[in-house]
Amino acid sequence: MADITLTPPFTETMIRDLHAGDRVTVRGTLFGIRDATQIHLFDRDRHTRFDLSGHAVIHTAPNVRSVPIGPAHPAGYAPVSVGTTTSLRMERFTRPLLQRLGVRAIIGKGGLGADSLAAFGTFGGVYLAVVGGAAALETTWIERIDDVDLDDLNPESLWKFAVRDFGPLLVTMDTHGNDLHEVVRARARHNRTAVLAGLGVTS
Amino acid sequence: MAMILESAPVENIVRALYIRALKRLPEPVKAAIGGLERAETDATARTVLATMAENVRVAERDDGLLCQDTGIPLVTITIGRGVSFDGVDIGEAVAKGVRRATREHPLRSSVVHPITRANAHDSTGPGVPVIEFRFDPEPDFVRLELVPKGSGSENGSYLGMLLPADGLDGVKRFVIDAVLKAGGKVCPPTIVGVGLGGTSDVAMHLAKLAATRPLGTRCPDAAGAALESALSRAVNGLGIGPQGLGGDATAFAVQVELAATHITLNPVAVNIQCHSARRASATVTPAGVVWGD
Ligand code: SF4
Repeated sequence: MADITLTPPFTETMIRDLHAGDRVTVRGTLFGIRDATQIHLFDRDRHTRFDLSGHAVIHTAPNVRSVPIGPAHPAGYAPVSVGTTTSLRMERFTRPLLQRLGVRAIIGKGGLGADSLAAFGTFGGVYLAVVGGAAALETTWIERIDDVDLDDLNPESLWKFAVRDFGPLLVTMDTHGNDLHEVVRARARHNRTAVLAGLGVTS
Repeated sequence: MAMILESAPVENIVRALYIRALKRLPEPVKAAIGGLERAETDATARTVLATMAENVRVAERDDGLLCQDTGIPLVTITIGRGVSFDGVDIGEAVAKGVRRATREHPLRSSVVHPITRANAHDSTGPGVPVIEFRFDPEPDFVRLELVPKGSGSENGSYLGMLLPADGLDGVKRFVIDAVLKAGGKVCPPTIVGVGLGGTSDVAMHLAKLAATRPLGTRCPDAAGAALESALSRAVNGLGIGPQGLGGDATAFAVQVELAATHITLNPVAVNIQCHSARRASATVTPAGVVWGD
């Protein structure tokens, strides 16, 4: 287990050096995506002017406020509440995110599925788990909304955030085939028998 | 002199309750996060619980939302004896209060039509806010409670029409399996609400009442309270842990509500409330308004 601060863009080596259980803080740039963003990018062949290669994306649809454009708000938006949504709904987009756009880290809550784990191994990517339902804290990690693309999908636009110290986040799926979410699920299934026995119930 | 409940103050109170509930976690929940953190044996889980505690402090300090999910607003109005009111007016005032909170704060509206998925952007729609009137023998008071029910934990809802032959063992097995199935998706540590008896819909509703009543309150029925104690100890042996990342703290508590049922029925329902176990209440008496968790 290690505590690491990383500034994107990440190299493949930086990502392959991470192991499940490590704690990572992201500094610099972070891209926000959600269901609609990826449906438009991958199912409807829309393009983004952003270069996501080597970057981290977070599964979010932030609460934002429109404000006059200025140095503190270059995109004309101020963050109100930036939280993380459940990742599993977006499972089928992990592969194209990594393969086509070169994304190296996905931040979300709850983990992703088996195909994502395989894609992380193949292309060199990790899943970073954030504490779900801690939006007040997460919002303080966002310095600014630097830019926005595909804004017709608002709030599911492609957001470019400037982040001071986004984390600590827990590496839960790595390039070595480790998946902490699955480890916990398997252990819980195993504990079921003892828990039921403690209640005087046969399984 | 009978107390009269007017709709104007109800509208203002509901507006304030929605915002307050989204920003301040009830004291018993805050205390429980701290308690679980101290007792936790898993290092990662301790970090996760510390982050949750910090989030509560930051929300208070910055007057920010605890979670980005503004939920479905559930409003319960308990009417004491001798209070006169116009139920239609009061229902409209509640909806107006929710709309005003959403537009004036502003809040993200998380409420959509179930077929068209259209969002009115005011946190209301057919049947929402969910309003329930209850009655209490105490004289001259009205209590308004608002729970913004998040979707992550609401998706952890299960109904089992068990057989009488399945007995209480079947009920216990059903609850443990529901918590297993929900895993980390419901943002643990949770309040696991269990509804027993009645008909299918009554069991589901009792589970919701159990999951959303104040943390630490006990089932008034002795057998129900005993089941709460046994299940509360048991679920934390599963090792799901905070956010499903492993650890002891899977649930703050299992809370039970029950109703009589039919000789051939054995309904059990589970509804889950997440660590953002938000609620706010206001009690109105002729002397004024008292705000609470
Ligand atoms: S389940 Fe609760 S804590 Fe988790 S995202 Fe939903 S409302 Fe927030």
